[in-house]
Amino acid sequence: MLRYVYAGMLIAAVLSIACAGQSDPSAESIPEQITEISEDAGSEPVPPRESAIRLRVATTTSLYDTGLWSYLEPMFEDEYSVELDVLYAGTGKALEWGRRGDVDVITVHSRSREEQFVEEGYGLARVPFAYNYFLIVGPPDDPAGLAEMTPDEAAATLMNSGEAVFVSRGDDSGTHGKEKAIWAAAGYEYEDVRTSGDWYVEGGSGMGPTLVMANEMNAYTLSDMGTFIAYKSDLNLEPVVDQGDVLLNVYSVLQVTSTRNPEMAANLVEFLTSETVQELIGNYGVNEYGIQLFTPCAGLDM
Amino acid sequence: MIISGDPVVFSIAFRTLMISISATALASFIFIPLACLIHFNRFRGKRFLLSIIQTFYSVPTVLVGMLVFLLISRAGPLGSLGMLFSPGAIVLGEVLLIAPIITGLTISALSGMGSDISDTALSLGAGQLQMVLKVLSESRYMILTAVLMGFGRAVSEIGVAIIVGGNISGHTRTLTTAIALGVGKGETAASIALGIILLALAMIVSVTANLLQHSEK
Repeated sequence: MLRYVYAGMLIAAVLSIACAGQSDPSAESIPEQITEISEDAGSEPVPPRESAIRLRVATTTSLYDTGLWSYLEPMFEDEYSVELDVLYAGTGKALEWGRRGDVDVITVHSRSREEQFVEEGYGLARVPFAYNYFLIVGPPDDPAGLAEMTPDEAAATLMNSGEAVFVSRGDDSGTHGKEKAIWAAAGYEYEDVRTSGDWYVEGGSGMGPTLVMANEMNAYTLSDMGTFIAYKSDLNLEPVVDQGDVLLNVYSVLQVTSTRNPEMAANLVEFLTSETVQELIGNYGVNEYGIQLFTPCAGLDM
Repeated sequence: MIISGDPVVFSIAFRTLMISISATALASFIFIPLACLIHFNRFRGKRFLLSIIQTFYSVPTVLVGMLVFLLISRAGPLGSLGMLFSPGAIVLGEVLLIAPIITGLTISALSGMGSDISDTALSLGAGQLQMVLKVLSESRYMILTAVLMGFGRAVSEIGVAIIVGGNISGHTRTLTTAIALGVGKGETAASIALGIILLALAMIVSVTANLLQHSEK
């Protein structure tokens, strides 16, 4: 019997140590992170509505890592009394979830693949709702000298030097697709680039983690503007190439044809393209980062 | 963060506990009886079965995650249940994940008892069921250890949770998936807090397992 008491006391002790450990160390010494975390706390959908319907949206990681979805989610939930489940994945995986019927709505950024998705009958329509630009970012001292170059020239320089490290998403995402398009525009076969040497690193994770990886490796990478700006303060990376039509980055919303809740899915498309939310998207992050992350574009053909 | 009662951290820890406890309870409910069946019966290929079970102690969590994903995705055989991306899906995956550990370690526990107890019980006129219950009760601490080992694996795994749970904020986010996301986002403080909770849970499990083993001796 005594042993049980002893075990209970030990458990209590461990718990209290854990609690104490949490309260003091890193947390309070980093005030910036605290604010970030408490914002996150606010954005976590707090009251789970057990009875309400759930709607699933699969989003590209950039709309997730920038916090845009956490910002919009509670508004949509309140307006339509629905529990919105936001799943983040690369464009390729998000579309695959859509094909399998596991999600109701998709927000991604790869025009050709979205059009194919609709053509194949998996999506109702491709509805663009925001855009920004891709950037090639790299170490501030720009070891490969890419600054002022066009994306084509930058790609050729990276390929020819074979020394400056480039971290690729390597995850079949929209950004990865854009990167392939840039290599193609510069006249290279992607397979040749991919296998050309150690300088080309396939990260295999989302945009945020890829930026963190590029930062650690003192490397270049291709990033969407939104995620880069949202992460910029923690990174020692600067935009080196930011001009060129190929860098346009359009986000679209697609209702999945096989959704079990077409009405609510349509509501979400309607919500994202509504005047109010378009304005919110345009202003999102402006106060925090001092720059516009997304330009609303509902109704435009992009 | 815990002292200030951060509701998100607490809800994630609570959800993780609920999911792993459910998985462990379900797995124990199914696989301890199965282990008894295997242990108390002689049949061809028993040794082979035991080594298969032991092999699966270390089955990669992402492999289980992928199989469960294919099983319950709407395009899969159990798709009509609509289980994917729900806490239930994680529970299902974790049950499969820890089934070999619970089964195998329970069999080891029963084997460890030797045949003295079962022989004595039978010679005193106990029926088969009474004998099994007697052996079970004699080896209860070892079996509890098996259950705790299963819980330890369930609570600390990430492959299943991220693939079939989807790391949905407020719905299927567990300690491990939250840490993975937090580190990717560079939110170190939050990840450390969650990591400490996870470590504390693991410690509770191992300390309890140790105490139980000692109390048997």
